[in-house]
Amino acid sequence: MLRFAAIFSACLTLAFPTSAQQTDAPIQQLLQSQSELIVESSRVTIGPAIDALANSGLPAAQVVMDKWQTREMWVNAETGLFVYAEEVDGDALRIFDFADGSEIGVVPDDGFEQLKPNSGIRGLIGTALVQFQLSDTDPDTRRRALDAIERGAEESHLAALRASLAKEPDAVILARKQRLERLLTIAYGATNEERIVAIQSFDGDLGVDVRAALNPLVAVRVEAAETLPSDPDIGRSLDPGSDALPRNDAYALLVDADLAKPRISVEDQREALIANIADGQVAGIQVATLDSQTARDMAYAALADQGTVTAVATEAEVDERLSDHVFYERYIGAPPEVVAAALLALEAIENKVALNQAFDLGLDALSLASIYFLAAIGLAITFGVMGVINMAHGEFIMMGAYTGYVVQLFIPDYTLSILVAIPLAFAVTFGAGVAMERLVIRWLYHRPLETLLATFGISIALQQLAKNIFGTQARPLTAPGWLDGSLVINDIVSISYIRIAIFVLALLFLALFLFVMNRTRLGLEVRAVTQNPRMAASMGINPDKINMLTFGFGSGIAGIAGVAIGLYAKVTSEMGSDYIVQSFMTVVVGGVGNIWGTLLGATMVGFLQKGIEWFNPSNTLAAQTYMILFIILFIQFRPKGIIALKGRAAEA
Amino acid sequence: MTDAALPRRQPIALRFPSVMIFLAILALFTVGVTILSEGFGIGVISTSFIKTLGKTLCLCLVALAMDLVWGYCGILSLGHMAFFGLGGYAIGMWLMYARTEIIVLESLSAAPLPPTPTEVSDGIASQIFGVVGASEFPPVWAFAHSLPLQLLAVVLVPGLLALVFGWLAFRSRVTGVYLSILTQAMTLALSLHLFQNDSGLRGNNGLSGLQNIPGLSDTPQSTVSIWFFWASAVALGLGYLLCAWVVSGKFGSVIRAIRDDEARVRFLGYPVEAFKLAIFTLTAVIAGIAGALYYPQAGIINPAEIAPIASIYLAVWVAIGGRGRLYGAVIGAAFVSLVSTWFTGGQAPDINLGFYTINWVDWWTVLLGVSFVCVTLFAPKGIGGLVDILIDRKSPSRHGADLGPDQGALREQEAEK
Repeated sequence: MLRFAAIFSACLTLAFPTSAQQTDAPIQQLLQSQSELIVESSRVTIGPAIDALANSGLPAAQVVMDKWQTREMWVNAETGLFVYAEEVDGDALRIFDFADGSEIGVVPDDGFEQLKPNSGIRGLIGTALVQFQLSDTDPDTRRRALDAIERGAEESHLAALRASLAKEPDAVILARKQRLERLLTIAYGATNEERIVAIQSFDGDLGVDVRAALNPLVAVRVEAAETLPSDPDIGRSLDPGSDALPRNDAYALLVDADLAKPRISVEDQREALIANIADGQVAGIQVATLDSQTARDMAYAALADQGTVTAVATEAEVDERLSDHVFYERYIGAPPEVVAAALLALEAIENKVALNQAFDLGLDALSLASIYFLAAIGLAITFGVMGVINMAHGEFIMMGAYTGYVVQLFIPDYTLSILVAIPLAFAVTFGAGVAMERLVIRWLYHRPLETLLATFGISIALQQLAKNIFGTQARPLTAPGWLDGSLVINDIVSISYIRIAIFVLALLFLALFLFVMNRTRLGLEVRAVTQNPRMAASMGINPDKINMLTFGFGSGIAGIAGVAIGLYAKVTSEMGSDYIVQSFMTVVVGGVGNIWGTLLGATMVGFLQKGIEWFNPSNTLAAQTYMILFIILFIQFRPKGIIALKGRAAEA
Repeated sequence: MTDAALPRRQPIALRFPSVMIFLAILALFTVGVTILSEGFGIGVISTSFIKTLGKTLCLCLVALAMDLVWGYCGILSLGHMAFFGLGGYAIGMWLMYARTEIIVLESLSAAPLPPTPTEVSDGIASQIFGVVGASEFPPVWAFAHSLPLQLLAVVLVPGLLALVFGWLAFRSRVTGVYLSILTQAMTLALSLHLFQNDSGLRGNNGLSGLQNIPGLSDTPQSTVSIWFFWASAVALGLGYLLCAWVVSGKFGSVIRAIRDDEARVRFLGYPVEAFKLAIFTLTAVIAGIAGALYYPQAGIINPAEIAPIASIYLAVWVAIGGRGRLYGAVIGAAFVSLVSTWFTGGQAPDINLGFYTINWVDWWTVLLGVSFVCVTLFAPKGIGGLVDILIDRKSPSRHGADLGPDQGALREQEAEK
């Protein structure tokens, strides 16, 4: 079998005579000169060989490194010549000459040895390759090289990057290269002046990469000494026991620096005492009396006196040691001048970041305010204009959202389904509102407390009904694709398109409300009926019909708000009750009976909640709690809300 | 009201026969349940049902408080279940602390060294707060080691909260539905606060294991449940007497007048706010005591029990039972909560409609909501109205007009006495 293989290989060799390899090509000579190192393939010694290749200026050097890195470089065991090859099958190779890339022929792999650089060497080769890739003719290769540098920058990249700047034809890539060059200069610049200039060039830049480059420069190490040294690289001094340096950490620092005796933890002390119990006593002290920390300390001290355990510092000694020393931070990331520049730049950046965060928070608050406004605008009609307390308002919002969900079950196209869902949600909740007004509310117009209770009953029933029909799990209401993603202004400020859409919707509703109430016959009649139903009736207006329509209109708007809120949050049977208290608060805070008041109320509630969240970002529950408390207090000072109705309208 | 012909200093019991009847029924009920119980009698009623009955008595007590503040004073408070829950939390803290202390001391006593106070308190803290990832006692637990102080807290915490909140709300003349919404907001804020893990009361885990009374580990639950049942019955009886006394005299007349026409009472020179504040605070304290008796029988308290919906249900009970009469509140709370237990416990038979089977566990809330709307619309007197029919009591005839001149005043068909 082997013989056959040998013959077969021989035939192959004969059939495709090898073209002569150029043994005197510069690249081959270079490789030969480093042959020993390359074949040895040790991470420790390979450096000069890679440097020689990288600095040779030979165009073939890049090919060599590419092939070497991907384990395609082979060496002829007999002649010691390097080639690159692709495996034809299990035991034959098609070999190529490095000098001109020409195929030499297909040969059996017996006479060749594959070079298998380990990952360490491949990393070194990769670094060296970057300089070639940065000047590659293919822009994608250049971008990839920049990506690689951004992921893991090294000192050697700086020179390569600088060298490639002049030859860069693409303006965009050039800008990226220049920015990266400055970033690398911050970290690896040869002189302090150079680094400081680079730092100053980033003044007020919001990029995360800039902060990532600057932060290592201002790294500190906490040290302790008898007196505060006056070295230029000393930062602030720290108080032991403060937040920045807890007492235990400060003492541990002293112990580590051999400036103080070690302490013992309560657990270790207990273990030591237990280990030394003899005849119910520890160092002559009855075990039963060791039920306080002072007694245990004394027992341990007694043990230490006997030499059984090592002596430890007492609390008094700890205090004494701590007061004997000063604690301070030493900048270890860079020379003092660079640190100073970095601190200045960071401060400027922090200020700008804070400003942008405040702006972002403002946008968040605005979108929250629009959601509250959407949830409350229906109430502004039923409660604000008609004076009907509708506790089932939240359930109308929920009905609207579920209508949207059901529509999406039938119409898979999200854009179309939303367009269908909005009028349908209005129709459904309009119907529900009219039915509720006819059946329940009109009997209770003179008894607001009963209205409140009866609508509670409806609210409970509707919620459970939704639970029975749709189950308890949250249902999705998917926004159309063009509402996905967000409008990114910079690294900090961004706002999702859904929030923008909700904001626009809130403005549309405001306009609709104003138009209906002030410019239409219905609005005129609604205002007439609210002010004086008997007078309105004698003018030919049917108060029953108007009340019914108004209530239906308010409920219908709640339904549309439900679709909008459903896009933003999950649709559950309890989503209404999440908004009902806030909605009433919004209307009451703003001033009952005035749409501008509702707008102001929603804005105030939204900004307030986001403002409180800003102090304690992880805790939205706390923000809601404090917001409600604030509103309760606010109502103390303006019981009639921000915009209080005056005169006849207030009495109606 | 009082018959002018009667002598003035006649005992309260004779002037108000309903009080005597109520107390007699309550006593008979208590004795009957004791005889039928497992712990002291022939064992017909299971221990868990004894607990349900005991809890129902506590709910009746808080419904009494609600009736006093809403039915008599016209303040529709949606915060009284929050006061109820606060009372439960106050007693629950001691129960949990004392029981955990016993467990920790037991486990530490096996150690070779006697425990130091720090070790004990660290042990208790890590046992109690391990579930929320903390191991130190928050400041609100400062008095948890002491039963008398926590019992004081049962009264003081709801009382002070009601006092401060009521003072703020009443002095700015927040009335009617606005006050209801404001109390609901207070309840929501409180429950949201308690839902946080760093509120110091174990977040949404709440306090648990409250049915194990420290020091009574050898007493079987059947006995303990009867004790709590008796305590609840006594509390309800005393609460009923107190409420009857409060609403019987001149004070009662004033608060009823405030309900019917607040402005007129103010013009007559009464400090309306002080009266309202007194009633609001008193009922909050009663609610706190009821909660302190309820939760050891329930065994667990968590912030969901304080959520605004609980207070709404309280209003539903009182409305269904018939507000403005004390026995109405008791009937409503007992009836609705027992029927609710029956329906939601899965004991009620399902109704097969052929195309759909009505499963009461799912549909009970719908039925409750709808029947509540019906009661509000068609029977404002609630179940208590049946008593009027029974004893043939007539309402004053004012030809359908409101009793008070304002909107929201009691209407004729709701008026009684």
